[in-house]
Amino acid sequence: MKELLKEKLAKQFTTVQFEFIEQFDELTLKFDKSAIVNVCAFLKDEDGLKFNFCEDVTAVDWATRKKRFTVVYHIFSMENKFRLCLKVDLDDSECSIESVSSIWKAANWAEREAYDMYGITFLNHPDLRRMYMPEDFEYHPLRKEFPLMGIPGSVPLPKK
Amino acid sequence: MGLESKLTNDGFFTTTIDALASWARENSVWPMPMGISCCAIEMMAVGDPKYDIARFGSEVMRFTPRQCDLMIVAGTVTYKMAHVVKKIFDQMPEPKWVIAMGACTSSGGMYRSYNVVQGIDQFLPVDVYAAGCPPRPENLLNALMQIQEKIGKTRVKDFPDAQQSGFDTKPTDLSLSKN
Repeated sequence: MKELLKEKLAKQFTTVQFEFIEQFDELTLKFDKSAIVNVCAFLKDEDGLKFNFCEDVTAVDWATRKKRFTVVYHIFSMENKFRLCLKVDLDDSECSIESVSSIWKAANWAEREAYDMYGITFLNHPDLRRMYMPEDFEYHPLRKEFPLMGIPGSVPLPKK
Repeated sequence: MGLESKLTNDGFFTTTIDALASWARENSVWPMPMGISCCAIEMMAVGDPKYDIARFGSEVMRFTPRQCDLMIVAGTVTYKMAHVVKKIFDQMPEPKWVIAMGACTSSGGMYRSYNVVQGIDQFLPVDVYAAGCPPRPENLLNALMQIQEKIGKTRVKDFPDAQQSGFDTKPTDLSLSKN
């Protein structure tokens, strides 16, 4: 499956650099964020690949790295029973990426969660609202600079 | 029992309406089951025949606040949920009491985190805290018995309305017995 992926991707995307990493019994694919929508659409629709199930979209905050965030996609091919992990690095200065919810509907809420927790903007998302925190909350709790006990007074309590 | 002996011997007894009302109130505490997470499972166990909350006159657990006297907050209260709990509590008619059931409700418990209220006494007037994670059903019954003791001691003059309308006596000491 790895060879097939390499071959098909190289043929389709001549200008995009793909990095294949094998870890945790899983194949990981790293590439630049500008190609995310095209690559995802290709992985979903191409005969022989058919990654038709988006299991999760989440993110990692590396805090000190120059490219601070990594957006992680876990996708699964029902046809081939094969799981693939996609990783895309983001700069802190412009932490935004194109949404893949037009390709997999399941990505809709997962991207909302990543937006809520990390403050990553998913461009062209149909409904980018917070998933868990109150809508007027001003912070993103899973960012490394956010204190564990929160910021006092940032979420109002009802009066006694 | 005192009541039966009075009934069989003289057929009447004397009391004050105030004490009679407290006695009736104490033995028909209708709980509002605010079951938010796992403590609610133990709260349900209290309703089953083994523990049987009906022995205390509190079997009428209805998911409507309008007929309730006692709110059992059973579970982790997040900042988002706190507004819902408070809204339901506000709909309960006076007089009303609150049991904070379990570690999360009383103090945030193991959720020392930005999203969990570190004790519901920050926004609700809690009467009894039931310790445990979750508390055993016996423990919840104990909390209910303490609430009953508190209600039994309560007199009309202890309600806020009564104090405004000219009762000049001191409020009753409602502190619970240590056991």
